[in-house]
Amino acid sequence: MQDAFRNKWPLLLLTGFILIALTSACGPASTCITAGGSTTVQPLAEKWAEKFEAKSTDVDVIVQGGGSSAAVKGVAQGIFDIGTASRELKSSETSQWPDLVTYHVALDAIAIVVHPSNTTANLSLKELRDIFATGSNATWTVLNREEGSGTRDNFEEKVMGNTEVSLNSEFLPAAGAIKQKVANTTSAISYISLGYVDASVKALTIDGTACTKDNCRNGSYPISRYLNFITKGEPGGLVKTFIDFCLSSEGQKLVEEEGYISVK
Amino acid sequence: MSRYFIDRASRYVVFIFGVLALLILAAIAIFILKDSLPAFREIGISDIIFGTKWYPSHGAFGILTMLAGSVLVTLLALLMAVPLALGCAIFLAEVAPPRIRQLTRPAVELLVGIPSVVYGLVGMIVLCPLIANLSGTGSGSSVLVAAIVLAIMILPTVTSISEDSMRAIPNQYREGALALGATRWQTIHHVILPAARNGIMASIVLGTGRAIGETMAVIMVIGNSPIFPTNIFAPARTLTGNIAVEIMSATGIHQSALFATGVVLFILIMLINSLALIAYRKKT
Repeated sequence: MQDAFRNKWPLLLLTGFILIALTSACGPASTCITAGGSTTVQPLAEKWAEKFEAKSTDVDVIVQGGGSSAAVKGVAQGIFDIGTASRELKSSETSQWPDLVTYHVALDAIAIVVHPSNTTANLSLKELRDIFATGSNATWTVLNREEGSGTRDNFEEKVMGNTEVSLNSEFLPAAGAIKQKVANTTSAISYISLGYVDASVKALTIDGTACTKDNCRNGSYPISRYLNFITKGEPGGLVKTFIDFCLSSEGQKLVEEEGYISVK
Repeated sequence: MSRYFIDRASRYVVFIFGVLALLILAAIAIFILKDSLPAFREIGISDIIFGTKWYPSHGAFGILTMLAGSVLVTLLALLMAVPLALGCAIFLAEVAPPRIRQLTRPAVELLVGIPSVVYGLVGMIVLCPLIANLSGTGSGSSVLVAAIVLAIMILPTVTSISEDSMRAIPNQYREGALALGATRWQTIHHVILPAARNGIMASIVLGTGRAIGETMAVIMVIGNSPIFPTNIFAPARTLTGNIAVEIMSATGIHQSALFATGVVLFILIMLINSLALIAYRKKT
């Protein structure tokens, strides 16, 4: 029996290290913050985390994706210190978990994007609603986010109203996937956060108003929303320090750098 | 420590592992069932299974379209993969010179090792635009691309198990047939294939299981539209895709309905396996 283990001690050692690494990743010493939720907020939260970690020693901010609804549930159940949501809390959520606190950490616009070669430059809100209510046809290939996505919730609220989006459209579970598909499909139309827009897609003007930061700040662009941090109760300690950092002028400068709109 | 003791002890250890596998299966089944109960109770079994509209935020939880999507994609994938895989297996087992077999078999088996997200990526970047050009509209996300990707993914499973079952046939069968004046093709067609039938059936069932359960590669290329696919160039949604696309952002009854989707998938796969088992027993 002894012989059998003699050659395996490096393996045992490795297993031990992995176990230690796993348990100490976010220990009770609380030098670590877990944040998770919206894929829209994720790139921004990662930037904040990076800068925050660089400023102080021994602090870890772990940022995960998963969607806005998962963020609310996760923070309520104590899985996340901070839930990142690209929408406001729903009434069903505030009644189920009354002690959730919302912080507006950035403003974001939802851009309506098409393939760069598309000659359409402007749509009215009504035309947009009709396209999404009709679904894919010879003219348009309609791409939607999945049910539960914060971007989808905002789009439905601000554009669709009580009209349903057509199920005869494609459904993809992440903003990156939507952008990739729009960039590769000449007839595609979809909606993504302004922060994700780059030269691979073309953002349309809505009722003649371009999707720009200024138009969102002055409220003339119709499809914008706050990006939120959600905590369970008033946060203290490190979590509060982190949120304060995000809301500071330095933190809000990162918001602008990432293509979102500062709230201060 | 006596050898007798080690022998006894190892018997119990192996027994415990065997029981553990059963327990894990039971635990998974109970967990899925428990979490799906609220959906079945509030929405109703028939409204879930036979409902044709899936719009959770508006209270519609029908998964019949996805049941159709899963079945259609899987059948189409089998239609493409089985002839190809059988031909490949016959070649490897009966025709190929040893040196070529030594090259070909590892190549086929290597296909198993490629992560499904890579298949999905190739489908998304290469096949979708190709199909979009062919059909003239849309993004190419379609039942056809999903079936092609799945066919390639199940090819190695069907090939290697079929080949193994053909190799297991005693040489006397071949020699007998050839001695009676049968050509090589007649030997394969009338002797080898019937004798290897059980193994071939098993390989097809395993391939079916893999195809119906595959998730990642499929959601990347099928468009995930919860509608009945009208033709193979149309998008659709599979049962596994429904769970994968929405589970991360689902809460409450929506989440429970996704677990109900899992229950239906679970039953579907058990049905396929039992059918295979019955077919297998009949032939032997």
